[in-house]
Amino acid sequence: MSVQGRDVGPVAMTCEVVDRRRYGRYWGLTLSAPDIARRAAPGQFVNVAVEAPGTLLRRPFSIAGVSLGGQVAGTIDIVLDAHGPGTDALATIAPGASLDVLGPLGKPFPMPQRRVATLLVGGGYGAAPMYYLGERLRAGGHRVNFLIGAADTQRIIDPITPKRMANQASFTTEDGSMGHRGRVTDLLADDLASTGAKVVYACGPNAMLAAVGAICEDLGVPCQVSVEEHMACGVGVCMTCVLPLRGRGGTIANRRVCIDGPVFTSTRIAWDQSRYADPAPTTVDAGTIGDRDTIEVEAEGDGSFKAGVRTVRPQDTR
Amino acid sequence: MTAPTTTSGGAAPTDGIDLSVDLGGNDGALVLPNPIVTASGCFASGREIDALWDVAELGAVVAKSVTREPRQGLPTPRMTETPSGMLNAIGLQNPGVDTWVDRDVPWLAARGARVIASIAGNTVEDFREVAKRVGTSREVVAVEVNLSCPNVSHRGLVFATQASTAAEVVRAVRAALPTMPLFAKLTPDVTEIAPVGRAVVEAGATGVSAINTTLGMAIDAETGRVKVANGYAGLSGPAIRPMAVRAIHQLHAELGPDVPIIGMGGVRSVEDVVELVRAGASAVAVGTATFADPFTARTLVRSLGSWLEQRGFTSLSELRGSVHRWPHNP
Repeated sequence: MSVQGRDVGPVAMTCEVVDRRRYGRYWGLTLSAPDIARRAAPGQFVNVAVEAPGTLLRRPFSIAGVSLGGQVAGTIDIVLDAHGPGTDALATIAPGASLDVLGPLGKPFPMPQRRVATLLVGGGYGAAPMYYLGERLRAGGHRVNFLIGAADTQRIIDPITPKRMANQASFTTEDGSMGHRGRVTDLLADDLASTGAKVVYACGPNAMLAAVGAICEDLGVPCQVSVEEHMACGVGVCMTCVLPLRGRGGTIANRRVCIDGPVFTSTRIAWDQSRYADPAPTTVDAGTIGDRDTIEVEAEGDGSFKAGVRTVRPQDTR
Repeated sequence: MTAPTTTSGGAAPTDGIDLSVDLGGNDGALVLPNPIVTASGCFASGREIDALWDVAELGAVVAKSVTREPRQGLPTPRMTETPSGMLNAIGLQNPGVDTWVDRDVPWLAARGARVIASIAGNTVEDFREVAKRVGTSREVVAVEVNLSCPNVSHRGLVFATQASTAAEVVRAVRAALPTMPLFAKLTPDVTEIAPVGRAVVEAGATGVSAINTTLGMAIDAETGRVKVANGYAGLSGPAIRPMAVRAIHQLHAELGPDVPIIGMGGVRSVEDVVELVRAGASAVAVGTATFADPFTARTLVRSLGSWLEQRGFTSLSELRGSVHRWPHNP
């Protein structure tokens, strides 16, 4: 097995696909990746090379789970939605095949300094890294609660896992096919009150993260979010995946999601300066969305940009 | 600092094969230990890749373009994948020349990397000022003059689209840096690239870098929306490699063997490197391939020697410009 890299940080390695399974409309892959598994922490991601005609770039996926025991020396899990040539190829890959995987990349979620109750909010397949985080938080003695939302049941990843892990697990779907009919933001304040959570972790569409962060800020609850942005390299060199972040003294600067994030304290993100500033989210049919070419940008006369945002944003980036 | 690499990857450097290249042209020697360099804008500060492998293995690091003032760049999305390539519009996001010279250059030099600056600006005066500031560093071994960033507010700012404006910028930079090896980075978005190359060399450039990205665009068929926020964006990757080979061949034919050329455009493999060298490149830069595999440049450095050895060559330079004449060779 070829492994390239240093003794710390990310490595590039050839990984065998150990298992592939369905989660509703998503696919879960388990990859034999001992070096990545040993170095990984929740919130980090991997960049997976795909072999599909005409593709060039890797596809980024949150690490959805890590196992260090078992028959292979260490595995990682990823969850993907097949919606373009790259993810289509990954969704049909057979166990036993090999993938070139780079990781773990990015900054992980910070862990609470003392034992607290936590609320983990996941939207669509943004729930994937929250299950991994939940396991680590529980192992650290923290109380774990989940609030998982999606457009429909088909986009709720493996609901048994959060139910089993959590003190409390709530679900929302926009079509009402599972749990509360609506969005995670409908239940967030109530769930914070009922669980007594002192910290919120969230991953999902950026519009959801902006809304979750705003509610947490109003209620004075610290919130860590894992954001998504189109990225080419995943290691900090291409400068494509930037997001406006507030620094000290009120300055706002473009920071790279891949290497400065993807996890940020929600109050640092200047959503109003980003293309995710549209206050009226609209739902988009995921079936029409490609896996590397999805954007919705409307240029405005002053040269600034806004995006129509969708409630569930299926794309390769988490 | 991270520990040295302990794991496998690429072949060992080959003894007895001379990979060194001299980019000094008529301005004295500028010898790099190997011809593999980074393409400007594809390597950030150097620290990011050095977290994975030792950047001193490169022939040189060509840094991301710096401007007089820091720039935040363009809105996102800045990138979309296209068939065998990608479009990008970053908008020269950079920390400004002062920060780069004070913070990044000393770090790269301390790591043992040879540093080639890339400078950009909106006016001739901008270029002159940035060049002066870069000239205060004793660690910068050469300067690439970015005359061809496509992601600027209007085409008039792509200086390399016209021989006269390209030459004007190069004259100003040459006046500010009388002894520095200078490379003018050219755009393929011209009818004839050779006269632009001739003009910049006559204006004082040591050599040329070719090619920058070519201007492209992608529109979502369903929504009618552009896929990169800037609308127009630079196309790079294997899709443009034939354009690079052609442009380098034309420039080498025009400028002759004494003018060094840094070739770039879609290089991923050792065969790609040799193809650009046969076209006329002295050194070869790796750009978009680093995004797909951040180990690409190191792999090329480590495998080029054995490729040459297996074919009975003793140096890379003997292959420069080595193309069989073809029947309708112009």
